[in-house]
Amino acid sequence: MNAANWPDAPSSTTEKLFQLENVRVTFGSGEREVTALADTDLKLTKGEFVALVGPSGCGKSTILKLAAGTLRASQGVVYVAGREIGANPIRIGMAFQNPTLLPWLNIRDNVMLPLKIVPPYRHQYRSKRRTEYKDKVEALLEQVGLKGFADSFPWQLSGGMQQRASLCRALIHEPNLLLLDEPFGALDQFTREELWEVMQNLWLATKPTVLLVTHDLTEAAYLASRICIMQARPGRIIDDRPVGFARPRTVEMTADPKFVSLRENLRTAIVTARHSLGDTK
Amino acid sequence: MNESQRRRLMSLGFILLFFVLWELICLVFGVSQLVLPRPSVIIATFIDRFPAIMPHAIQTIYTTLLGFGFGILIGLSLGMLIGSSRLAFDVAYPLLVGFSSIPKVAVVPIFVLWFGAGTVPAVLTAMIMSVFPIVVNVATGLATTEPELEDVMKTLGAKKHEILWNVSLPRTMPFFFASLKVSVTLAFVGTVIAETVASNRGIGNLMMIASSSFDVPLVFAGLFVLAALGVSLYVIFSFIESRVTGWTKRQDGLSVASH
Ligand SMILES: Nc1ncnc2c1ncn2[C@@H]1O[C@H](COP(=O)(O)OP(=O)(O)O)[C@@H](O)[C@H]1O
Ligand SMILES: [Mg+2]
Repeated sequence: MNAANWPDAPSSTTEKLFQLENVRVTFGSGEREVTALADTDLKLTKGEFVALVGPSGCGKSTILKLAAGTLRASQGVVYVAGREIGANPIRIGMAFQNPTLLPWLNIRDNVMLPLKIVPPYRHQYRSKRRTEYKDKVEALLEQVGLKGFADSFPWQLSGGMQQRASLCRALIHEPNLLLLDEPFGALDQFTREELWEVMQNLWLATKPTVLLVTHDLTEAAYLASRICIMQARPGRIIDDRPVGFARPRTVEMTADPKFVSLRENLRTAIVTARHSLGDTK
Repeated sequence: MNESQRRRLMSLGFILLFFVLWELICLVFGVSQLVLPRPSVIIATFIDRFPAIMPHAIQTIYTTLLGFGFGILIGLSLGMLIGSSRLAFDVAYPLLVGFSSIPKVAVVPIFVLWFGAGTVPAVLTAMIMSVFPIVVNVATGLATTEPELEDVMKTLGAKKHEILWNVSLPRTMPFFFASLKVSVTLAFVGTVIAETVASNRGIGNLMMIASSSFDVPLVFAGLFVLAALGVSLYVIFSFIESRVTGWTKRQDGLSVASH
């Protein structure tokens, strides 16, 4: 599916794949009300790779849940593919910090799960799952370095390999919007760097719109074409800057002076924002 | 020979030792047949009276499995209803615990009152005995499904029944099958109690009649049959459990192996 298949999206907004307009999200009520997001505006253009960075509890996951449609905004409007969310016209893929694979399914069936659920794939699931879909899964597994593991069960794989499988599951139904919530956060440094490259290649291959949440500034600068910095209490976006490095990027580039200075800039921006709040925890 | 095989062999030897000691003690002290028959006499009685025992054994198995079958149906549906939401679970759980702590034997006279003596109260007793572990386990399994797994499905736009079918139910299967092997034993106990109190067929009834005519070897032959049936049912459902929900064991096995 491509842009032409969203029939009645106004042309002026088709480019905006995801948008938050003056969004506010609160949890609880009365004394214990928590404002997770306040007055947040964010626009994602089709094909962009945007990283959200910020301290814990600043509302990064909340933004992803809004995009995924598993959470409603208390105020403001959430647009997905130019339409208000609800009549959700696009396919969404999501990967979390935990691989969240289903332990009773092998890797092939885990990765194939979205094809069983998401239209239009679901309509042909029965007839194609042993042929076309199977090949599709195997091809994707090969791309992330999991060739030959389709019949394995999640418990037989290392954490890094499970996370690769989880990325495949997020991508198998060719989502227009890919939501990644600290997907490499629980991995060791070397595995993480390996997966950055895997992720970049996957993105370069089909150019889905990506919203990546991360704590790791190097990761954000390596992968993203734009970085949004968030602040906590109340959560909101305080800085938004493009990342211009040429692709494909490599781990060696992260030692480049320009790269280092961008990273330090980001760090300063985050630290300054926290100090101005009097929060140095 | 590995560790587990050795253990199995040892427990087999222990069982044999038990019967040999029983036999010897009866012989040495000249215990009367009317008090405690020797195992050899019991087995001889069993073989001798096999044609008479067989229909009763079949009746007991039939009643147990029928009651157990109803128990599974009702247990699954109730469990799914109660486990469907955290709220339903929290609200219904106390009542459930209250019901399951009633000694089920006490309901046999009520069933007899309603349905008369015979197979029906026995089936119902078996059902009521087996239903609670199933309800509790299924409800617990469903209610404790990790929200993360559900989020994966919700993000894909899955409907409630798709989440249930693809995530919650498979996730609950280990709980369900673990409850089955407990429940089938309970159903069996329920059947025999009801047969003893209010039926004219089944091993329970056979033992009742044999004891009132002081046919003590036959009483014990009945007891042996019950033991054999009970163990077989447990083993069968344990086997089914390990086949269907092997993934949980293999997960544990891995973490054990990596220590
Ligand atoms: N379901 C919830 N109930 C109450 N508070 C919540 C809930 N989810 C998130 N919050 C609060 O909202 C804030 C933002 O959470 P989150 O988006 O998960 O932060 P992040 O992902 O940036 O660490 C936090 O202060 C958190 O405590
Ligand atoms: Mg988070």
